[in-house]
Amino acid sequence: MNETLLLQLSAIILFLPLLGFVLLIFFGKRIPKAHAVENFLIFVGLVLSIIVAFGKISFFNDQKIVYEFQWLSFGNIPLIGYTGIKFGIMLDNVTVLMQFVVMLISFVVHLFSVKYMEGDLRYTRYFAYLGIFTFSMLGIVVTHNFLMMYIFWELVGLSSYLLIGFWFEKKSASDAAKKAFIVNRIGDIGFFLGILILYVNYRTFSFNEIFTQISLGNLPFGSSAWLTASGILIFCGAVGKSAQFPLHVWLPDAMEGPTPVSALIHAATMVAAGVYLIAKVFVMLTADALLVIAYIGAITAFISATIAITQNDIKKVLAYSTVSQLGYMIMALGVGAYTVAFFHLVTHAFFKACLFLGSGSVIHAMHHEQDIRYLGGLRKKMPYTYYTFLISTLAISGVPFTSGFLSKDGILGGTLAFANLTGYWLLPIIGFLVASLTAFYMFRLVILTFHGEARDRHKFEHAHESPATMVLPLAILAVLSIFIFYTPNPFNADAGWFTKWVKTPSTIVPQNQAFGFMIKESGEHSEDIVAHSLQYTEALHHAHSQAMYISLLVAGLGILFAFVIYQWRKISADNLAQKLKPLYNFSLNKWYFDELYDKTAVTFTIVLSRISAWFDAKIIDGIVDGTASLTRVSAFGTGKFDNVVIDGFVNFTAYFTGFFGLIFRRLQTGKVQTYLVMVLSGLVILFFILRSL
Amino acid sequence: MQLYDIIFYLFALITLASALIVVSSKNIVYSAFSLLFTFFGVAGIYVLLNADFIAVVQLIVYVGGILILIIFGVMLTSKITDVQIKSESIQILPATIAVGIFAGILTASLLKTDWRVAFPASHDQTIFTIGRQLITGYVLPFELAGIVLLIALIGSVMIARKERS
Amino acid sequence: MLQVGLYHFLVLSGLLFSLGIFAVLTRKNAILVLMGIELILNSANINFIAFAKYGNFGFSGQMVALFVIILAAAEAAVALAIVLNIYKNFNTVHVDEIDGLKD
Repeated sequence: MNETLLLQLSAIILFLPLLGFVLLIFFGKRIPKAHAVENFLIFVGLVLSIIVAFGKISFFNDQKIVYEFQWLSFGNIPLIGYTGIKFGIMLDNVTVLMQFVVMLISFVVHLFSVKYMEGDLRYTRYFAYLGIFTFSMLGIVVTHNFLMMYIFWELVGLSSYLLIGFWFEKKSASDAAKKAFIVNRIGDIGFFLGILILYVNYRTFSFNEIFTQISLGNLPFGSSAWLTASGILIFCGAVGKSAQFPLHVWLPDAMEGPTPVSALIHAATMVAAGVYLIAKVFVMLTADALLVIAYIGAITAFISATIAITQNDIKKVLAYSTVSQLGYMIMALGVGAYTVAFFHLVTHAFFKACLFLGSGSVIHAMHHEQDIRYLGGLRKKMPYTYYTFLISTLAISGVPFTSGFLSKDGILGGTLAFANLTGYWLLPIIGFLVASLTAFYMFRLVILTFHGEARDRHKFEHAHESPATMVLPLAILAVLSIFIFYTPNPFNADAGWFTKWVKTPSTIVPQNQAFGFMIKESGEHSEDIVAHSLQYTEALHHAHSQAMYISLLVAGLGILFAFVIYQWRKISADNLAQKLKPLYNFSLNKWYFDELYDKTAVTFTIVLSRISAWFDAKIIDGIVDGTASLTRVSAFGTGKFDNVVIDGFVNFTAYFTGFFGLIFRRLQTGKVQTYLVMVLSGLVILFFILRSL
Repeated sequence: MQLYDIIFYLFALITLASALIVVSSKNIVYSAFSLLFTFFGVAGIYVLLNADFIAVVQLIVYVGGILILIIFGVMLTSKITDVQIKSESIQILPATIAVGIFAGILTASLLKTDWRVAFPASHDQTIFTIGRQLITGYVLPFELAGIVLLIALIGSVMIARKERS
Repeated sequence: MLQVGLYHFLVLSGLLFSLGIFAVLTRKNAILVLMGIELILNSANINFIAFAKYGNFGFSGQMVALFVIILAAAEAAVALAIVLNIYKNFNTVHVDEIDGLKD
């Protein structure tokens, strides 16, 4: 196992899905069982990614393996010198783990889709889109520079657009696709500006080179404010992709796409790309930027959790739950809990994909009935789906012995420690509140869907357990939601491999710009890779047990309320909704974000475009038309000039020539003797002329 | 004034007068006959210039050949009884002016030029000399002349044939 | 100046030449034009022979005159054939009526 082999394998993993895409999009109709080809390629990629992950972590732990090549050379530019753009691959522990997660989720989703999408009009095209999505996602993961990341970032946006709008015959689907694309674009503008700030200063896109420059104290435009600005601008990209407040509105609408797509893109991978991006640039974020990130994450988590409580569409609930969990991750990064943020990303990817695929299984069984008010009692009809769904729900709610418990506990502990050290107590409070809400709405979902009596008897009668190719992915993902895969101690993630492999990198920003506790102390810990101070380690340790008890309490409360209201019906949900009418409506209508944006941004844009259209039609067209008439008038003038003067001159020449021709033609009698007379006369004249010389 | 001079003037007069008739006569047959006298006159001039063989050839070829040919031409192309036999002239005025001036120039330049005159050489054996020349120095032109005559013979027959098949 | 010398012969030939030119220029009948040409040729021959006598050229003048006569015979034959042909085609031998060159 050497570095070159790992890099080559990574490149192969990257291009396998692209190969699948090319094959399916161009020859899909001619290849029998085209989807099997795609699935096989993804499976090969999965196996390779496992090999790469093991190889990387076993042999090159704590090392960054980089391969790069000059993609464009701009030559010697005055005032700048030799410059160019390099492309390349960088493998570190986070990268190979992410690569594995992406391939695994992608594979199970492919597997699940085989039956779920069966009979669809554009069956092979669907798999082709999955292929290109996987390719772009892997590109984001393995890249070693900002430019490539931006390119794949946009490719992910494009494939997401294609997949959300896969059933584009439905207007809501095509609208949702457009909405997702446009909202993402808004975030990407910030991302791009952030990249440009860095490029203008350092003339490179490479992460490592930029970080080296910053760690040498070479700040953008010589100011730490610009560093903060670039960090926040790059975070804008993450806000768009990871559906953070205020750009979270696209993700719930994106549920118009096929459900496996929702599992792949809008739960596990693409939306995690924002978190991954922040993790990549984590070391260059200043305290101010981190604080902004933390608060945005907290606000997002809270808003979406409150919305999720009242939603009736099974996928909408899961969508808001996703937004909420992403907010968690972002918040965790903001408070410096780098490891647990990424840990939560991985665990969440598995159990949320499981939940989405489970909902897909339900939807498939119930003939596309998505409203939980018409579901119910499916536990007996669909036992496998029910149990996998339940395990994932336990995980997301943070019940012990699940992966979700470990990661969520880590995040809450991180925020608690952060609050202890810096005094931002709002963050842990929101965190625990959201944990409680999460437990509540997830169990509401489970109870309404699987427990109790069937509310739509007709569809219920026809419901059946899904086929094996759909249950198997659920089982894989549900099993991966159990603690044992991550740590031997179900109450402490630090005992597991994850924290050993994914360590918080040291911050490289100037010391006065970073949180005090994040600065690595020199001295006895110098050989230790853990990047923060001893003080922080202690605070974290202290907070860990506190967080565990509180989170157990709040999660238990949430679950209890859910059972009281929906299972045992001690409290009528309708009555509660009636009593809290304004709050209920506020939540049901998603805090009126869509309406707000409609009234402000959309209206503003429409007015602006109307004004532009008017400007175009009246002023620009007026100028153009004016130019046209001016040209016509001058053309008329020159035409006259042409007809009268030029033509007159030409005609006069012709007439002149004709006139003299008429005279001289008489000389041309055709008689030889006349000519001879002339020859003789000419001879005589010539004689006199020569003589006079 | 010696006899030689008298004879020259006589022949010159014959030549020019008959040539004038050739040029000006309305009757084409008269012209043809006047041409006969012109040729005679020229032959006389040749004799005066010690070219007795050329003079004989002149008589044989011109008078006996070309003139007969011309008269045949006249007869073949004109109906004798017709008025067409009278041939008038055209553009006499411009031609007269031009030719008059031309003749003046020609005569003047001939007279004004200072010819380097050698003393008159006497050739006693002209026939012998010409014969020798023809088969020595002039053998190639001689042969060529034969070919030219042959070609002219065939060519004129070809051109003048009545029907081209 | 009554002593006959080179100049006399040259003037005679010049006058004969002019008369030949005049014939060529003015006569309508193609045969008369031909006669004019014969006059011109004769005047040229007089010139040659005069210089053969008075110039120091040996016998060359007489030889050239001989060849001129030969060629004149050939020329007369061909020219008359052409005249006959013209007559056949245009039914006239009047040079002024044959003005196809104008077109």
